[in-house]
Amino acid sequence: MSYELIGISVLWFFLYGYLIVASVDFGAGFFAFYAKLSKKDHLINKLISRYLSPVWEVTNVFFVFFFVGVVGFFPDSAFYYGSVLLVPASIAIILLAIRGSFYAFENYGSKENLIYLFLYGSTGLLIPASLSIALTVSEGGFINETANGSVELAYLTLFQSPLSWSIVFLAIVSVLFISAVFLTFYASRANDEGALKLVRSYALFWSTPTIIAGLTTFIFLSQHNTRHFQNMMDLWWMLGLSVFFFMLTMWFLYREKYYGYAFISVMFQFLFAFFAYGIGHYPYILDPYVTIYNSSTNETMGIALIIAFIGGLFLLIPSLVLLLRLFLFDADYVKGKK
Amino acid sequence: MMEWDTVLMSRLITTLTLGFHIIFATIGVGVPLMITIAEFIGIKKKDRNYLLMARRWARGFVITVAIGVVTGTAIGLQLSLVWPNFMQVAGNVIALPLFMEVFAFFFEAIFLGIYLYTWDRFKNQWMHWILSLPVVVGGALSAMFITMVNGFMNTPQGFEIANGQFKAVDPIAAMLNPATASKVFHVVSTAYLTVAAMLAAIAAFSILLRKATDYHKKALKLMMFLVLLFSILSAVAGDVSAKFLAEHQPEKLAAAEWHFETEKGADLILFGWLNDDNEVVGEIRVPQFLSFLAFNDFQAEVIGLEAFPDDELPPLWIHYTFDFMVMIGFFLMSLSILYFIVHFMKRLDVHNKFILSLIVASGPLAFIAIELGWILAEEGRQPWILRGYMTVSEAATTSPYISLMFFLFLGLYIVLGVLCIVTLRKLFKNNPAEVELEKKFPLKREDGE
Repeated sequence: MSYELIGISVLWFFLYGYLIVASVDFGAGFFAFYAKLSKKDHLINKLISRYLSPVWEVTNVFFVFFFVGVVGFFPDSAFYYGSVLLVPASIAIILLAIRGSFYAFENYGSKENLIYLFLYGSTGLLIPASLSIALTVSEGGFINETANGSVELAYLTLFQSPLSWSIVFLAIVSVLFISAVFLTFYASRANDEGALKLVRSYALFWSTPTIIAGLTTFIFLSQHNTRHFQNMMDLWWMLGLSVFFFMLTMWFLYREKYYGYAFISVMFQFLFAFFAYGIGHYPYILDPYVTIYNSSTNETMGIALIIAFIGGLFLLIPSLVLLLRLFLFDADYVKGKK
Repeated sequence: MMEWDTVLMSRLITTLTLGFHIIFATIGVGVPLMITIAEFIGIKKKDRNYLLMARRWARGFVITVAIGVVTGTAIGLQLSLVWPNFMQVAGNVIALPLFMEVFAFFFEAIFLGIYLYTWDRFKNQWMHWILSLPVVVGGALSAMFITMVNGFMNTPQGFEIANGQFKAVDPIAAMLNPATASKVFHVVSTAYLTVAAMLAAIAAFSILLRKATDYHKKALKLMMFLVLLFSILSAVAGDVSAKFLAEHQPEKLAAAEWHFETEKGADLILFGWLNDDNEVVGEIRVPQFLSFLAFNDFQAEVIGLEAFPDDELPPLWIHYTFDFMVMIGFFLMSLSILYFIVHFMKRLDVHNKFILSLIVASGPLAFIAIELGWILAEEGRQPWILRGYMTVSEAATTSPYISLMFFLFLGLYIVLGVLCIVTLRKLFKNNPAEVELEKKFPLKREDGE
């Protein structure tokens, strides 16, 4: 396996990790706001902040890790994405900044403030929307080359594209779905019947739009980028497994038990869909300008990065396990006794 | 003209983000060390004052760390957004330290989360204390790795250039470039110094405002001791840095010192200003001291600005940033010495208005020195972004939206800055330490919950 391929696989895996942990976070923000509006906040908001407070910074690092890694392994992508995404990425930074810092401010008493909750909830949906633009752009056809040799985003084409809108829609609804299933699991661990009933209903509700958005995105992709679509069709078994795990999740939710397995099953659903999408994209990082081969860094650096990565994992995995054991799998903590 | 505008705006947006981030990054490196020390003394001496100190500092730290993280994320992304051409080229050589910085940050983030939410979860107090160590180490390591990246931009090495491409890349040599050692030493020691001065200033302010409680006196004394220690280390680090500049970046030192002609036994120029003919007026001249500063030898030859092409010279105003940075550094050192002299002279009360006011002023001054030092370091390598290889104007984005983004970020930082102050005030103003001490650690059951 070439070092380019190892690099992109590792990074794709981290992006997947970010997709899961950030979805839980972003969705929770929206649910906290929605619960306040529908006067059910007393049921779930404590549960949400109990889980999220210790981990929000870690969530953020997954994201930083991904983009620093991409720039490191594939410096040319820094030029293209950097030039093109100045505006959408800056907006994403600002939204992330508002959200991240409000986390800390929230800890000290602004919980009841509706404006704060509105910002918290709305950024939770706007951030995935603005970040998903990078995915749309990667499909090609949204970049103009200017006379002086640089590149810029074709805003009009982007705004008129059904593909870009359906990716945005998919990003938002899957965030809500993943988050609701996680909260269902967390509420059941906490033996919190009221919260459980509420978040379970959220999970059931958001399952339908998620599967519809997945389908429409697939259709629009077939019209926009035939090569990518064909590659994904060749990976039909991965897409099939994704649908299978989706149905399994739904079954667990209807049975009203095995919520832990329901969340694991959601993770597999998105794992297969995400990797089918990513493998189908191969070898392009930005169709048609950047492939993982023409943009990659020199071999010495590539190998050094992989070594650093392995070394880093030896540090990270035990630390993450400790974090999860202390806050996620410690029954007393989840129930609010510690 | 269009091109020039986007370059200027690119520089401004980076200055803005880094200038804002550096405040919180400094706090982020320094505060964990102070928390660790306080908790260590608290457990060791069974002194509830120090235990409370660790808690209160940690509580305020959460606010600043949040802003540090989000502005750090911003600068991380902006490197590629604002300087796409730079990252395309230099990414090949400096990806490794950038990547390792993220790992250090990851490590720190995990343990900070654990540390902050496990105050009363362990029976053994030392267990909780141990969790603070990875936070201290992670903070120092991430400062080290990111400073390596900056060091590389000042003294690039570890590659060869063939047809405009980097060949024969050696990532380790790039990381351990000549600038790394002196820069890391200076950055870390001044971060600790600044945070010690900040916490001393807070303690002194509380004593001025209310009354001198045990809690604040102990906090003040501990922090003044650290100010003394780290100001000495910072001065040593500054001296090492000057010697590094003389050898590897003589144009930066010459611009900072207004040293125009190459000569032996060069004078050190303090303060003064330049008249219309670029002559130095009103300065204090210390004979032959620049040679000594640069090479430990009063007769050594120091390269002057005349040795460099005109279009490769840094701006001459960095002289002022150099002077004020050094002045503040020596002020902090003298103040801590004064504090301990008065402290050990029984006749005077060290908690008098005069000394306390100076200590209160020293907190913000330390941060100003940090900003000035970074301005000196960054402006001093103009016009290069990658010294000797790529100029700033070749590296910047050409997007016309960059001006708009500047104002968006300006707005963001104003909001964050204001909210930070408001929240910190709210957190501590109506919750003085002495009240919390009785609530959290009532005297009857000394060793806590």
